[in-house]
Amino acid sequence: MDYSWIQIAVAAIFFSVVITLVLSRGYGWLSPTFWRNAAVVSSLIMTFILLWLTLDTADQVRPGSGRIPDWTVINYEIRLVWDGAKRRQVPAVGRETGFFGKKWTRQEAYDLINKGKMTLQSRNCMECHQILGNGAYYATDLTRAWLDPWWEERIMPLTGAKTREEAMMAWLKNPPAMPQGRRKMPNLHFSDEELKALIAFLKWMSAIDTNGFPPRFAVAQ
Amino acid sequence: MAASLAGNKPQELFESQKLALAYFAVAIILFGAQLVFGLIAAYQYINPDFLLDKIPFMTNRTLHVNAMIVWLLVGLMGGVYWFLPLETGREVVGIRLAKFIWWVIVAGVSVVILVYLFVQVGPGNAFTLWFINEGREYIEAPRWADIAIVAWVAVFLYNVIATALAARRITGLLGVLIFDLVALGALYTAGMHYTVNVTMDQYLWWWVVHLWVEATWEVLVGVLMGWSLMYLLGTPRKLIETWLFLEVALVFGTGILGLGHHYFWIGTPEYWIGLGGFFSALEPLPLVAMVVHALYDAGAHRLNTVNRPAVFWAIAQAFGNFIGAGVWGFMQTLPQINMYSHGTQLAAAHGHLAFFGAYLGTVLTLIYIAVQNARRPMQIPLDSKYWGWAFALMILGIIGIAGSFTISGFAQTMIERAELGSTWSAFIRSYTHPWYANTLGWRFLFAWVFVAGYLVLVYDLLTIGKRKEGYAV
Repeated sequence: MDYSWIQIAVAAIFFSVVITLVLSRGYGWLSPTFWRNAAVVSSLIMTFILLWLTLDTADQVRPGSGRIPDWTVINYEIRLVWDGAKRRQVPAVGRETGFFGKKWTRQEAYDLINKGKMTLQSRNCMECHQILGNGAYYATDLTRAWLDPWWEERIMPLTGAKTREEAMMAWLKNPPAMPQGRRKMPNLHFSDEELKALIAFLKWMSAIDTNGFPPRFAVAQ
Repeated sequence: MAASLAGNKPQELFESQKLALAYFAVAIILFGAQLVFGLIAAYQYINPDFLLDKIPFMTNRTLHVNAMIVWLLVGLMGGVYWFLPLETGREVVGIRLAKFIWWVIVAGVSVVILVYLFVQVGPGNAFTLWFINEGREYIEAPRWADIAIVAWVAVFLYNVIATALAARRITGLLGVLIFDLVALGALYTAGMHYTVNVTMDQYLWWWVVHLWVEATWEVLVGVLMGWSLMYLLGTPRKLIETWLFLEVALVFGTGILGLGHHYFWIGTPEYWIGLGGFFSALEPLPLVAMVVHALYDAGAHRLNTVNRPAVFWAIAQAFGNFIGAGVWGFMQTLPQINMYSHGTQLAAAHGHLAFFGAYLGTVLTLIYIAVQNARRPMQIPLDSKYWGWAFALMILGIIGIAGSFTISGFAQTMIERAELGSTWSAFIRSYTHPWYANTLGWRFLFAWVFVAGYLVLVYDLLTIGKRKEGYAV
């Protein structure tokens, strides 16, 4: 993208106004014709800019292109680090750790994350949780769920699991059995494959660069 | 046909208007369903164990939100079927097809509701997304229902275009309506796909969710309120159409790129932060214009109208749209604030107030106009002892509900996000904090006030205009 948002915004408004004025020569600004032209011109210009930016965005959010991690990120340690220049947290990929005790190839990782995304939708997670900040507000935001210190502090001792992914699996098997806080998550009867896939999806999502959202994640406890 | 829009003479209803009455009846029933599931969800906030195994929060919330979207859309479409024959001076073309698809949709919506309620979730595969639940907030409808909805909107669009062509009449209002419905139908298809890339998924998901409620629905409301004001106050067409064009210029001019306020944090590039913040900060402008317009018209006629409840709901719509969508939206749309407030109870405050103001007010205006014209002898001006109670109770209820959400939203923003670092434990500590927890009871109380208003509304709609005064046909 060679243009800043200010250039795009100024250009959008400038061209909307100028083209409307040119098309409406001879009509006063209180006439219906003037405003009909303004409506058509501004709608078309804004739609055009949206489509153009959509092409640019689609290119920038391809997995592996920088903002969105490659599928194989599930094989590595993921952390949030402070970026002093951007003044926000950015995800960083660390050493290789494997996932559920193995290293996943690109195709295997894709298949697993894809199954996880379908599981996320099929269990209607968004109607309590938020995904990338969007959803209902009854339960936690899952954007950085993989990185939540609660798994190590509370759930690993509670379940006796040795790794974070095993702790998540053990807890999600039957959440009402180990309630955390006042609100309870219902038992959604996940199969083992579904849980493994869902946790892979959550791990992959936690490495998306979200411009620093949610703020100050796990900085203050 | 301006004369019949402002007409005081009762006349036979067009078939299209009879269909509109069926639309309105279903809308009011679904409105009731929305309130039932909303009440259960509100109580689950207070007592999380309530119905946890039978109807968990996610199911109530799905039904609460989906019932709302469907009843408001049905109400707005009913408004078009009501005014279209008056605007074109003829019966709607393809009315039998319209009736057929309507009953298909009613049956389809019933099936979707029953599946949501009793099946709830499915295994993580494509079958679930096609037949049970797509799991994407607001557009959970399974894919088969998506296809039915597209067919429904296509028939609706055909009715409007074919009727305008057959009448050889294209007004500014009809032009804007057709332009808007094409966009509305096309945008829905942007939500009918599956992709594993959650960022791209949400990118296009917002084309339906944002560009429906913050663009195409707002313009549809502009058209319907235009017709309503012509009917209620006899406002001249030229004035209505000039305002409508101005509103379209501002709604689409700010709202299309205002979409960027949903692209701050989903993984999309950083330029969306600037663009989304800038254009969405301008989004309240058309809403101010609508308030000025409605107040000017009502003031110019000293509230002298043929239908008092409809005029009061029209004015409430203008203010509610501005306050709920405009002020409560602006409050959290700048990225500097949104980073902390996004996805908290503050978003729910905005959602409740905005939908109430922008859309409920419009649909009730339309329904009161239809009810007046459906009863014989027709009562002019339409008035009753009860509509004012429904009006006052529902507005008091929604202010209380949104106020409670706002307070818990402030507390959550500060405690969970700003102080404690947005984690699971931060979330628990925010919702158990008294500043948050204490609002839940208030919210539930005001929800009952709202429900009382709904019950009075239903009684009033069933009885208003049935008294003896009024003109005989």
